[in-house]
Amino acid sequence: MAKKRGISFSGIYLTLILIIMYVPIVLVVIFSFNESKISSLWGGFSLNWYGELFRDRSMFEALRNSVVLGLLSSFSAAVIGTLAATGLTRYKLKSGKVMEYFATLPIMIPEIIMGMVFLTFFSLLGLPFGMVTLVIAHTSFCIPYVFLMVKARLAGLDKSYVEAARDLGASELRAFYDITMPLAMPAIVSGMLLSFAMSFDDVIISVFVTGVNTNTLPMKIYSQIKTGVTPKTNALCALIFVVTIFLCALSMRISKKK
Amino acid sequence: MEALLQLEGIEKRFGDTEVLEGINLTVGKGEFITLLGSSGCGKTTTLRIIAGLEVPDGGRVYLSGKDVTNLAPDKRDVNMVFQNYALFPHMNVAENIAYSLRLKKVSKADIKTTVKDALDLVQLPGYESRMPNELSGGQRQRVAIARAVVNKPKILLLDEPLGALDLQLRRQMQKELKRLQTALGITFIYITHDQEEALDMSDRIALMRNGHFEQIASAEEIYNRPKTTYAAQFVGGANIIKGTVKYLKSENAVIEVSGGEIEAKTRGAQIKEGDRVTAAIRGENLEINPASETYSGLAATVTDKSFSGGMLRITARLADNTEITCHRQGIDCQYAAGDNVKLALKDAGAVLVDLEGGI
Repeated sequence: MAKKRGISFSGIYLTLILIIMYVPIVLVVIFSFNESKISSLWGGFSLNWYGELFRDRSMFEALRNSVVLGLLSSFSAAVIGTLAATGLTRYKLKSGKVMEYFATLPIMIPEIIMGMVFLTFFSLLGLPFGMVTLVIAHTSFCIPYVFLMVKARLAGLDKSYVEAARDLGASELRAFYDITMPLAMPAIVSGMLLSFAMSFDDVIISVFVTGVNTNTLPMKIYSQIKTGVTPKTNALCALIFVVTIFLCALSMRISKKK
Repeated sequence: MEALLQLEGIEKRFGDTEVLEGINLTVGKGEFITLLGSSGCGKTTTLRIIAGLEVPDGGRVYLSGKDVTNLAPDKRDVNMVFQNYALFPHMNVAENIAYSLRLKKVSKADIKTTVKDALDLVQLPGYESRMPNELSGGQRQRVAIARAVVNKPKILLLDEPLGALDLQLRRQMQKELKRLQTALGITFIYITHDQEEALDMSDRIALMRNGHFEQIASAEEIYNRPKTTYAAQFVGGANIIKGTVKYLKSENAVIEVSGGEIEAKTRGAQIKEGDRVTAAIRGENLEINPASETYSGLAATVTDKSFSGGMLRITARLADNTEITCHRQGIDCQYAAGDNVKLALKDAGAVLVDLEGGI
């Protein structure tokens, strides 16, 4: 193809979209190195806010809670979602369509309703609010992401692979372990990463089901809005941003390897 | 011959469709039997029931005299080569072939030698570390066979294994499969819709149609003495003529048909003068002669000629519009469309089909 010189419409369009999407992120990263206390004014380069961030125990506590919560709920969702997808693909149940609908329902229901529902349910059960209730709630809204991804992957998978394994002497469980799981692994991993991201930034449901002493990072940041966002938050966002980029690159590498 | 596999009154329905209508089949040890039929006739379902991938709605499956009807596929001494090969895409050639051995907890060293021998057998030495997506269709085929035979099954099931290959490779693989079967001494149950393939490879052919067997016999028997119109036409494309029995003459019946009379083998069936019967005639058993008093035979008019595979096919029409095709070698032909000819039967090459009783 001949290379066209000069400015083209598609070039302008692309630049504009990229600016709208990424300039705010770049600004947050830049302002995390801001000397000034006011976020929107540049007062010279400094690493002060990072220092402050690392000294802030409560911020660290919240980050730790969020990571633990994300890992536990995305892992539980991966197990339950994968089993559900495998079962619904493997057995042609009459209730299959209904089950599929129920499995994906949590993404359709508004979060505020889900939060209310969990609050009522957990108080009814008398569960102490805290990490346990958070994990249960997050797992339940993460399941659809894993379920949908694994289901799509399995639907596209020739069922003769599993049949061949059974024919060659593998039990049903063994065939799942040797054939279905490795072949569905890219979908399981990307479903898990998506679940982690969803859990990591959830505020609404978490507010309803958390206890007094369990603060997650998004809840912490959200509550800071009232007292004013300091560049400390910017520093935290910059760090999370770096970790996110790393995780995305990782997941792309994994799904590229068939 | 020792019976290795017995199917007794196997029935299978998918929803409202009856796929198998109570079929019976006995397969002997070391036999090469082909299930032949057009798509949708139930041959793949039969194979899957033998493998245990499908449970029949009625009837029993016996393997070496043992009832295995409800036995899981992993507990049967039967292996299958799938139509699309079903090589595990995340394992290399050696891991694919070694899969059944690994499940049996065979030692690493033994696995290595067995895999090497299996690859030598299918003429792919040194392919251990290749991935399935790096192989050509023919090579995948060989790996699939190696994977299925490495376990030394009693029966190897092959579901149209050559369907996806081009003609030249097909012919080559046919020879190789036959060689393998002789070398391994394993019973082969082979599925195809290609009658030439069936005639070329099998000890016996089981011709299937709409969930039942039309005829189970050797290639020679099915070709020379088809039982039904369908068998006569599906295998080798015979001509079908309807007529009335004029009189019986030892083992043959003389039948009055449109444009003359023919003599056909009765095969011991109870027929009498005046019966309406159907006869099958192979194209190569017909001679075509000019329409003159010197020649006897059925009066017909040439409608078409075609030449392929070194064979000339002349199609002629009888007075009642029955189409008859004659075969002969070479391309030379003195007849053109519209010519009146006489079709003479060579050495009693007609047989009666669709008979009640008889063989």
